[in-house]
Amino acid sequence: MNEPENHQKPPLEPHLKELENEAIFIFREVAAEFENPVMLYSVGKDSSTLLHLARKAFYPEKIPFPLLHINTGWKFSQMIEFRDELIKRYELELISFTNPRGVNENVTPFTHGSALYTDIMKTEALRMALDDGQYDAAFGGARRDEEASRAKERIYSFRTPDHRWDPRNQRPELWSIYNGMIKKGESVRAFPLSNWTESDVWQYIRAEDIPIVPLYFAKNRPVIERDGMLILAEDKRLELAPNEQIKQMDIRFRTLGCFPLSGAIKSEARNIDEIIEEIEVATVSERQGRAIDRDQAGSMEMKKREGYF
Amino acid sequence: MSELNLAKQQDLTKSTLKNLSPLRFITCGSVDDGKSTLIGRLLWDTKAVKEDQEERLRKDSRKQKDGLNLPEFALLLDGLQAEREQGITIDVAYRYFSTSKRTFIVADTPGHEQYTRNMATGASSAELAILLVDARVGILEQTKRHAMIASMMGIKQFILAVNKIDLANYDRQLFETIETEFSEFALSLGITDIISIPMCALKGENVVNKDLEHMGWYEGPTLLEALERATIRSKQTVGFRMPVQRVCRPNESFRGYQGTVSGGAVKPGDSVVILPSGIKANVTNIITFDLVRNAAVAGDAITLELDRNVDIARGDMISSIDARPLVGHNFSANIICLAQSGIVANKRYWLKSSSKLQRVVVEPISVIDLKSGQYNACDSFELNNIGKVKLRFEEEANFDIYDENPDTGSFILIDPDSNNTIAGGMISAKIEQVANIDNFNEEEIIVFSMPLVEAKKLQQLEGFKEISDKVQQTQTIKSKLRNLLSDID
Ligand SMILES: Nc1nc2c(ncn2[C@@H]2O[C@H](COP(=O)(O)OP(=O)(O)OP(=O)(O)O)[C@@H](O)[C@H]2O)c(=O)[nH]1
Ligand SMILES: [Mg+2]
Repeated sequence: MNEPENHQKPPLEPHLKELENEAIFIFREVAAEFENPVMLYSVGKDSSTLLHLARKAFYPEKIPFPLLHINTGWKFSQMIEFRDELIKRYELELISFTNPRGVNENVTPFTHGSALYTDIMKTEALRMALDDGQYDAAFGGARRDEEASRAKERIYSFRTPDHRWDPRNQRPELWSIYNGMIKKGESVRAFPLSNWTESDVWQYIRAEDIPIVPLYFAKNRPVIERDGMLILAEDKRLELAPNEQIKQMDIRFRTLGCFPLSGAIKSEARNIDEIIEEIEVATVSERQGRAIDRDQAGSMEMKKREGYF
Repeated sequence: MSELNLAKQQDLTKSTLKNLSPLRFITCGSVDDGKSTLIGRLLWDTKAVKEDQEERLRKDSRKQKDGLNLPEFALLLDGLQAEREQGITIDVAYRYFSTSKRTFIVADTPGHEQYTRNMATGASSAELAILLVDARVGILEQTKRHAMIASMMGIKQFILAVNKIDLANYDRQLFETIETEFSEFALSLGITDIISIPMCALKGENVVNKDLEHMGWYEGPTLLEALERATIRSKQTVGFRMPVQRVCRPNESFRGYQGTVSGGAVKPGDSVVILPSGIKANVTNIITFDLVRNAAVAGDAITLELDRNVDIARGDMISSIDARPLVGHNFSANIICLAQSGIVANKRYWLKSSSKLQRVVVEPISVIDLKSGQYNACDSFELNNIGKVKLRFEEEANFDIYDENPDTGSFILIDPDSNNTIAGGMISAKIEQVANIDNFNEEEIIVFSMPLVEAKKLQQLEGFKEISDKVQQTQTIKSKLRNLLSDID
C-alpha cells in the first residue's frame, strides 16, 4: 500500500488546498477514464510536486500507472541518483527511455546544437516512448504561468495519432467537466498543475515537505560561463574551450534539465524559505535560464505542436 | 514603530492575503475593444512582468503610429503565433498575478464571434466579468452575446469598461450614454451589480492609476480597486453531494469511493443515499493521505468508506438523504452551442456531468434573438446559438438546478461522431411527470400561466407539493402560449 509519511502537518493555506483539490480531481478523472495512462516524470520540482499529488490522489491505493522518464543521457548526475532513490523508497514503476537513434548517431548538445538535440532527444524520444507504450493519456507537470503558449493550453489537451497539438482548434473546456473521448491512436495530455504558479509550487513543497533534487539549493559549486549562462562544471563530459575557466561560486538552479543547457543563478538561498523569498523579489522569470526557450520567438509553441511536452 | 515590528506587520498582511481564495475573472466584449491590452497593462502596472519578459515584449512589439512609444501590451497575452500574426486573440489565456491585497486568476477571452466557444470556456469558472466596450463604437451585438453568456453561467458581478476613451476626447456624456444603455440591457438579464469605468487601457488610465488629468469628472474606483473589492460566492450549499470518480480497492479488505465533495458537508456517522440505485448506507470513514478526517466540505477531494458493501460505480452520486438532487428522465436546460455541426433534434448525444456519461436526446425549444432579446421557437441549434432545450435521458438522471449548485447543475454535450464538445448547458428545472389528463373532469379545468420564476416559487410551496401530481405542467414560451390560449374560448 501507499504509505503516508507525516500525520502532523498543519493544515494547508486555502489557496494551496484549492490547487491540491483540483489536481487530485484531475488525476482521478484521467485514471478512471483512460485505459492506459502514464505520468511524465522529469525529476524536477514540478515533477516532484506532481508525484506527491498522485500519491495523495489514489491513497490508500498505489499510483495505478507507471512513470516515464525521457532520459536524454545528459541529465545532471544528481538527478538520476535522486530519481533512483525515490523510486525505491516509494516502490514506483519507472520506465526510462532514451532515443536509440540519438545514441547510435551520437547526438549531443555540443555537436548538434541545442535545437536539433532537443528535437531528437526530447521531442522525438517522447513520441517514440508514447508509441511504444500505446498510452492513451500522459500526465505532465506543465504550468500555464511558465510561458505564453502554455497559458493557452487546456487541462485535457488533445493530441492526434502523430502527437500533434492544434492550438487553433482546441476543444472547449467548461467548468471542470473534461471531455476524455478519443478515437484509437489519439491521446490526451493532462496537466494537473495548470493553474499553479512557481511560487505556489515552492510554497506547497515547503508545506508538504516534498523531497527535491539538492541542486535547487544554493551551494558553492564549480561553474564555467558560456553564452551568458553559468554551466555546472562537475560532469566529466563537459569539454572546456581554451578560453574557459572553472570558477567556484554560490549557485543554484531554478529549473533543471540537461546540464549543458541549464543555466544556474548566483544565489545564497540555501533552504526553501530563502528560495521563496528570492523568487518573490526576482526580477527575471524562471525560464530565463533555459537555452531551448531562447532559440527563437514562439519556439515553445512550435516544439509543442511537434509533440514536445 | 521599530523596524522589527514593521516587518512583522507586513508579514501579517501577507499571510492574511494568502487566506483569501483567488478571484477568478474574465475579460470579454467585442473584437479589438482592448481586452488583451487591458490585462497586459494590468500585469505591467502591478509589476507582474519580469525583466526578461519585458525585453522580449519590447523586441516583439511593432512600432505604433500613435507616437506614445508604448509596447504592444496585448502580446503579453496573445501567445500563439497565429494570434501575434493577426493581432487578435483566438483562444483564452490564463494569467496569475497578485497585489498586496489579493491574488487573481484572469482569463483573457477572444472577442471574435468565431471563437465564442473559447470565451465560454473562460466564463464558466469566473466570478466576475470585465466587459469592454470601445467608447467610439458603443454596445454591439457581440457585447450583448458575451454579457448574456457570462450571466447565464452564473456571473453576477460585472465591470463595464468603457475603453479607448482617449480616442473620444474623454467625453463624459458619451460615457454616461453607454453606461445607461448597458444597464438597461443588463437589467433585462437580471444583472444588477455593475461598476462602469471610463478608461484608456493602452495608457493605463483608471486601470491601476487614477487619471485626474483628463477624467477628473469620474469619481468611482479604478479597475484594480474594483477587482480588489469583488466578492466570492460561497460554495456551501445545503445537500451533501459527492459524485463517485473511482472505486479504490488496494486490497481485498478495503473499498473506498473517491471523489470531490460538490455540495454540503459530510462526517462519519452520516446516512447517505446512493443514486440512481436509491440504496442507503452510513459513512464510517473519511480518508485522505494526511489523516483520517472528522468532516469534509464542498471542494475537498476525499475517499469515503461506507458501513456496508453496496454496488457503487463511477458516475454514481452519493447524496444526503433529506436534501437530494432532482431525479428523473426529463430536464429543461439553458444551453450554448459551441460547434459548427450545431445541435439537431432527436439525435443521441453523450452528456457528461459530474464524472458521469449518459445518453441523451436533445429537444430544442427556443433560441434567443440577440437584437430583440426575445426567445423564438426553434427546432435546431447553430454555432453560437443560446437558448433553451429539453433533455430526455434513457436512464434516470440526477441534477441540481444550476443556480443552486453549479457543480451538479452543469453539463457538456459530446457528439458521438466527432467526439467534440458541442455545447455547454445549465439545468434550469426538472420536467415533472405529466399528470394524467384523462383523469381530469371535462368541465372543471383551470389553466394558469405565469413566468418561470413565479412558477418556481409556487412549486416550492408546501400546499402545492401536496397536489403537484394532479397538476399538469408544461414549460413553454410566450408566442406558443398565445396561440394556445387563443384556441380556448
Ligand atoms: N488609443 C487606444 N487604443 C487602444 C486602447 N486599448 C486598446 N487599444 C488598441 O486596440 C487594438 C486592439 O487591442 P486588443 O487588446 O488586441 O483587443 P482585444 O479586445 O483583445 O481583441 P480580440 O481579443 O481579438 O477580441 C490594439 O491596437 C490596441 O493598442 C485604448 O485605451 N486606447
Ligand atoms: Mg485579445
